[in-house]
Amino acid sequence: MTDATPGPKARPARLQSLTALRNIMVFLFKTPTSAFAMVVLAILVLVALFAPWVATHNPYMQDLQNTLSPPSGAHYFGTDELGRDIFSRLVYGTRITLTIIFLVTITVGPLGLIVGAVAGYRGGKTDIVLMRVTDIFLSFPSLILSLAFVAALGPSLNNAIIAISLTAWPPIARLARAETLTFRKADYIAAARLQGASTTRILWKSIMPMCLPSVVIRLTLNMATVILTAAGLGFLGLGAQPPMPEWGAMIATGRRFMIDSWWLVTFPGVAILTVSLAFNLLGDGLRDALDPKQMMKR
Amino acid sequence: MQTPILEVSNLSLRYPGASEPAVRDVSFTLGRERLGIVGESGSGKSTVGRALMRLLPQADLSADVMRFEDVDLLRASERQMLKVRGARMSMILQDPKFSLNPIRRCGDQVAEAYRTHVRCTKAEARAKAIAMLDAVQIRDPERVFEFYPHEVSGGMGQRIMIAMMLLTDPQLVIADEPTSALDVTVRLQVLKILDDLVRERGIGLVMISHDLNLVRNFCDRVLIMYAGRVVETLQADALDQARHPYTRGLLAAQPRIGGDRTALPVLDRDPAWLTSETHS
Amino acid sequence: MTFDRRRQLTTIAGQCGSIFVTLFGLLILTFVIGRIMPTDPVRAIVGEDATREVYENVYRQLGLDRPVWEQFFMYLRDVVTLDFGTSIRTGQPVLQDIIHVLPATIELATFAIIVGAGVGIPLGVLAAVHKDRWQDHVIRVFSLMGHSMPIFWTGMIALLVFYAGLGWVGGSGRMSQFYIGLVPERTNFLLIDSALAGEWDVFFSALNHIILPASLLGYSSSAYITRMTRSFMLDQINQEYITTARVKGLSQRQTIWRHAFGNIRVQLVTIVALAYGALLEGAVLIETVFAWPGFGQYLTSNLLIGDMNAVMTCVLIVGVIFIALNILSDLLYRIFDPRTR
Repeated sequence: MTDATPGPKARPARLQSLTALRNIMVFLFKTPTSAFAMVVLAILVLVALFAPWVATHNPYMQDLQNTLSPPSGAHYFGTDELGRDIFSRLVYGTRITLTIIFLVTITVGPLGLIVGAVAGYRGGKTDIVLMRVTDIFLSFPSLILSLAFVAALGPSLNNAIIAISLTAWPPIARLARAETLTFRKADYIAAARLQGASTTRILWKSIMPMCLPSVVIRLTLNMATVILTAAGLGFLGLGAQPPMPEWGAMIATGRRFMIDSWWLVTFPGVAILTVSLAFNLLGDGLRDALDPKQMMKR
Repeated sequence: MQTPILEVSNLSLRYPGASEPAVRDVSFTLGRERLGIVGESGSGKSTVGRALMRLLPQADLSADVMRFEDVDLLRASERQMLKVRGARMSMILQDPKFSLNPIRRCGDQVAEAYRTHVRCTKAEARAKAIAMLDAVQIRDPERVFEFYPHEVSGGMGQRIMIAMMLLTDPQLVIADEPTSALDVTVRLQVLKILDDLVRERGIGLVMISHDLNLVRNFCDRVLIMYAGRVVETLQADALDQARHPYTRGLLAAQPRIGGDRTALPVLDRDPAWLTSETHS
Repeated sequence: MTFDRRRQLTTIAGQCGSIFVTLFGLLILTFVIGRIMPTDPVRAIVGEDATREVYENVYRQLGLDRPVWEQFFMYLRDVVTLDFGTSIRTGQPVLQDIIHVLPATIELATFAIIVGAGVGIPLGVLAAVHKDRWQDHVIRVFSLMGHSMPIFWTGMIALLVFYAGLGWVGGSGRMSQFYIGLVPERTNFLLIDSALAGEWDVFFSALNHIILPASLLGYSSSAYITRMTRSFMLDQINQEYITTARVKGLSQRQTIWRHAFGNIRVQLVTIVALAYGALLEGAVLIETVFAWPGFGQYLTSNLLIGDMNAVMTCVLIVGVIFIALNILSDLLYRIFDPRTR
């Protein structure tokens, strides 16, 4: 029974998940809405990576001779009240947006996964306590709770990220717990336990990898909310602080000049809308792609 | 035989996205008689029933003739069909657990069938429904009228279904596995009620079933379907003289009380059946 | 029967217990955020240049010299006796402030949920009926759009277009400056107050002002309602009783509205109740943009001056409203679904 050793067994599994991944990608690119989403997000990442080359100006450089000038060949999206180039600020803003998404994801994903998997696997009192805590967090709308956290921690980009993370993990934990409950009784978990594997090992090696796909989808679906919350905090002056080119904060400062200089608020808003729409469309497409009923049809 | 109620010639039907048609070249006529359609699951027998009611608008349907009395079912508009469905032609579905609307009172659902086709007051429809519930031998029909579907048993649910479908005095009733969801003990009782009403009122009946014995006892004629085709048509009392190997296989696979206890034979399926001519 | 009754009582008791635990957890959370975090509550009250003596006085007054658990019990006692302290900004008891501003937000949210459900439910039904056809796709993009827009930005653009540009609607605030103080405050629901007083000019001015923020808020919440309606409808459309209705001779439209839609009403009530709670979130941002003197604006303005006491009370009240809406939707489900009776 050489097949029973983990090595040869793990490889086909990995191959299988790779094929599944490819199928999903093919499906996503076939649907126009999710294809659009993928393209937008690819552009977002590329722009963030190559911001210095894409941007036409230094995003922080003020030009007091040239304030509030409308969009033109020199300044594609015009300039703001300090003469800074809005296009370049938007370009550098992608880095802030991606940083927020990245940091929130790597905090929320593991946290929710661990809480959910432990609650689901251990069951009993551990489960009750952990899920009760999750429910308490879920009983607030996320923006209000983030507001409270930022207010307590003090306004800054880092604190906004912490606050968003603190409010975004409960749905992930719920999901991971539900998934764990379906695997917990499986024979291979029982086998691992009989072989004397510790709880930590079972959780780490057998349960968490199984929960991972659905957690990843859920995280994608959450991105749009994360972006909107971050922008909302920035708008209220509780997130990224000036002069950072955060899109929400740009809208907040542009608000005073809105009536005469529409470009100050319009472009950052369009940027937020596009990115959050892209994430929503992608999440929607992913959900369809992974819906077994949909798969049967093809 | 008098003029047929239903005439079908070369009916074929393909579901959207399917490569193979679910029904192909099915032909039969029906007078004031009871016709059984027998086949395994997936043989297309239920699809025939639904195609006759024109309940599958997305499916790709073709036929040389599909006529119900004076209605050309192939060309009838949806509007004409609304006047046919439930009034002149109706269908009894399989499982009352699913085929009755769970959050409406049983009686209201029965009365709705009447009110859809006859202009009348609520009280008239109610009286009519209660009389019909009585006709399907429901004791205390006024009380049952107020019940929700989850409060009645399967046998009672199916009697309610029969009441609903016969209330408007249709000429043709299609019964799609009317008893296969019921307990064995109430099956015969429910079938008897249906049979009595159908005979009494001179209704044409198409009974769709996978149960050869049941069809043999309650029908005059039997169509045997396999993989979307009619492979053989027989008088019910002449089933034992079936010539088609599939029918004979089905008959041989029936367990018999008092028979020997050797394993039942397994059906051999010959791909040639898919193309060969119909025995009749 | 008695067994059923007893089981019912046990479930009710169990639910009350879990509500109680959740409320208690809420209090712990607001306490932790409000008292343990790095902002200095004393500074917020006495200001930057108070003498050491004044500072320590207030410090002791707030009980900050006591152990944490004792502070928590003081907090609990305050909450139970509905004493939430005084707002630094207005000098009024916080609770009184909130009661004063809450109607404006409820008015806005109610108007918004009417828009949201009025748009979302029919679209959801339509999308389900035309699943995977162009109607479904258009509706999907339309509703995801509403879900993706930063509402504070859309609010500004809408003001720019419909108020400054086209002049179709009123600008910020609940009514024209001109009418402020004209109507006696009875319920603080402006539409009701003005109608009661027979001040129809004020009524229409209020209507003119509420329509834009409420529509935007409603649009943003309609995404969720549309999606849920669609998936509920899809569940129903594939049920066998729908075939029964068709067999009876009901038309497609009658079948969908009378049978399928009739059967999702209960679920929809639940969804709309939850969406109503979520509106409070959007209200915080939209009230800032439209200078709407409601709960959201009260919360943010206290936030910016660091009055944690007022902020945490607001958060606590939102949490309580959320829990209440959850219980309410659960109750409605039990009342309306014959199967759970």
